[in-house]
Amino acid sequence: MQLNGSQALIKALEMEGVDTIFGLPGGCILPAYDPLLDSAIRHILVRHEQGAGHMAEGYAHVTGRPGVAMVTSGPAATNIVTPLCNAYMDSIPLVVITGQVPVSAIGTDAFQECDTIGVTRSVTKHNELITSAQDIPRAVREAFHIATTGRPGPVLLDIPKDIIDARNPNSAMEWHWPDDADVLAGLPGYRPITHGDPRKIREAAEFILRAERPVIYAGGGILKARAAETLHELAELCGIHVVTTLMARGAFPDSHPLCLGMPGMHGNYTAVTAMQRSDLLIALGSRFDDRITGKVDAFAPEAKVIHVDIDPAEIGKVRRPDVPIVGDCRLVIEELVEVLKELLANGAAFPDRSRWKQTIAGWQEINPLAYVPAEPGDSLKPQFVLEQLRDNNPDDCIVVSGVGQHQMWASQYWHFERPYTWVNSGGLGTMGFAVPAAIGAKVGRPDSTVWAVDGDGCFQMTAQELVTAAAERIPVKIAILNNAYLGMVRQWQEMFYEERYSEVYLSPDLPDYKLWAEAMGCVGMRVDSPEEVEAAIQKANEIDDRPVVIDFRVDAAEKVYPMVAPGQSNDDIVTDPGLRQGIKR
Amino acid sequence: MTALSDDIPHHILSVLVENKAGVLARVSGLFARRGFNIVSLAVAPTEDEYLSRITIAVEVASAPLDQITEQLFKLISVVSITELDPRHAVERELLLVTIEAPPDVRPQILALVDELAGRVLDEGQDRLTVSVEGHPNALDDCAERLRPFGIVELRRTGRVALPKLDNAIDHRLHQV
Repeated sequence: MQLNGSQALIKALEMEGVDTIFGLPGGCILPAYDPLLDSAIRHILVRHEQGAGHMAEGYAHVTGRPGVAMVTSGPAATNIVTPLCNAYMDSIPLVVITGQVPVSAIGTDAFQECDTIGVTRSVTKHNELITSAQDIPRAVREAFHIATTGRPGPVLLDIPKDIIDARNPNSAMEWHWPDDADVLAGLPGYRPITHGDPRKIREAAEFILRAERPVIYAGGGILKARAAETLHELAELCGIHVVTTLMARGAFPDSHPLCLGMPGMHGNYTAVTAMQRSDLLIALGSRFDDRITGKVDAFAPEAKVIHVDIDPAEIGKVRRPDVPIVGDCRLVIEELVEVLKELLANGAAFPDRSRWKQTIAGWQEINPLAYVPAEPGDSLKPQFVLEQLRDNNPDDCIVVSGVGQHQMWASQYWHFERPYTWVNSGGLGTMGFAVPAAIGAKVGRPDSTVWAVDGDGCFQMTAQELVTAAAERIPVKIAILNNAYLGMVRQWQEMFYEERYSEVYLSPDLPDYKLWAEAMGCVGMRVDSPEEVEAAIQKANEIDDRPVVIDFRVDAAEKVYPMVAPGQSNDDIVTDPGLRQGIKR
Repeated sequence: MTALSDDIPHHILSVLVENKAGVLARVSGLFARRGFNIVSLAVAPTEDEYLSRITIAVEVASAPLDQITEQLFKLISVVSITELDPRHAVERELLLVTIEAPPDVRPQILALVDELAGRVLDEGQDRLTVSVEGHPNALDDCAERLRPFGIVELRRTGRVALPKLDNAIDHRLHQV
């Protein structure tokens, strides 16, 4: 079958099961937009290419399928570098297609030319400049294979205009869809290890059977491997407590008696301290990030470590494990559960862990996650808004956040009961992630309510995508926790720079968020007092034909606690001084 | 590039890669990201036309090198990596040098080239171009001994290496 390159590109995307492309056309990618008119693939026209990338990430987060973005060359390609890096850090499967100047013009500083392959090399799992129309189906197939297998990540395909331009003879090609064997033969250097070494798995089981103070340290890899159910089985079989990192919120239900919640710099006291005092850390798809470990030399000093990760480069990168296991989390945990069951059936038993369990219960009793509630007449507490959002939405509500204080409060105060209900920017910490990611999540899971919890600083970075959402009838809901500051920076200046506030004030009223929302085709609301919060949320939940933005005016002085100061040991975790003064909730 | 010093341990990575555009940039980028200098680099096709061999010599401590090799192996285009311990490897490099060689000193130079097991490749009125093949450290000595005559230009290829045959250890770190 004779096709031209643009037809081959769209057909290849259809063959990969793509149902949505987030994108924005322009000169070099223009030919690809013509056959798109005849395709069943939905195209969401964004207002800025960064939005396309984050939407594709939100879509991928909640569906498990790769997100697809398509933009033109030059500035469009550079605009999508941030989402690529974000996806690379958080292991999100993306396929990003960029236009490029014609092959003969590459390297001549042509209009809208950028060395996209060079620029994106270090923020993609792989990228490829396609120089012949005949290579398009193979390149697309390989891109989806690489993005979704092993440790997932973003793959970029750079496509010169002449090979997709129907009027150019360079675009002629004979359609051929490669089979699995072709893909393997084309990628001789890519063979991800999925099954763990059985001897190491047995060794891990023996460590677990000996441990008196074990903690499961569950990371984002659990969600990437679709391993939430098997994690549940392991935790219950062994009666081991589970901490869920920022990237793993929802991988283990917060209501489960064995769930300790989030560890790390702003983790709760029990999660942080249980890891510190444990004698065995079972790290499953987690990477010993600096925000988790605090000062590495002082992190969990008595713990032996079992580290399961599909990426061999993560093993021993920060902490040398006693039992390294390279493999897919779901497969390894399943195998581990089998071995443990066999050993238990043959008379093995867990040591008495009742004292450890009592210790944990004691920490939970003395230092629960709490804040100082507002007195009558006080300004609105951001944590209270989160509690109200949580209590007025179902378990399958998807929560999306940007980066900063609001992100930490959302992760702390939401009760995550199901996997794939939490979307945020973890590794890169990309402000402005929430609005576009929420839109992508809603496109991926249209039947779920999607609430973005955003900060006023974050919102201003990507708010224009609400125009996209309004135009495309994507009814996301945005809760801005408006404290008129770059709040997390303000918190650090207060705590570590003697309250010398430098360039962090944003003003609560400029812009007017309600008017801005309305101008973008959304419903806008403003909430000042605690009494108005629930009604506003309920009103927002009743609106299903357009986006809603609520400007919650919250207390600017509120800080995120607990906190482990940067570079300090997790032993030096600081809880809210207001609570220590005896004001208990 | 600077010459390898004798006292700092160097490592030789022999990386088998797909013979495609841009692969060398991916490989060298992992060193550049950390600010590590590549001391010597040689790239050449292999017996398989789809594969190339990159031989890299770096001065770097073992711990970060382990991390780099793990990340090198993550590159889709990298097929296998072998780390060669210089004590258990044969290393060779080629040096080409053009020397000032007026008639009065030419016999001395020719004698030295002979001693170094080098070959004269080109003869001019007042200059000679000579090739010497040997261990990289030996080539450092050659260059120093030729320098008094006046080096006009000097080129080195970068080292290539293979494991010693009497060595039972498998040096392949990673192989698909």
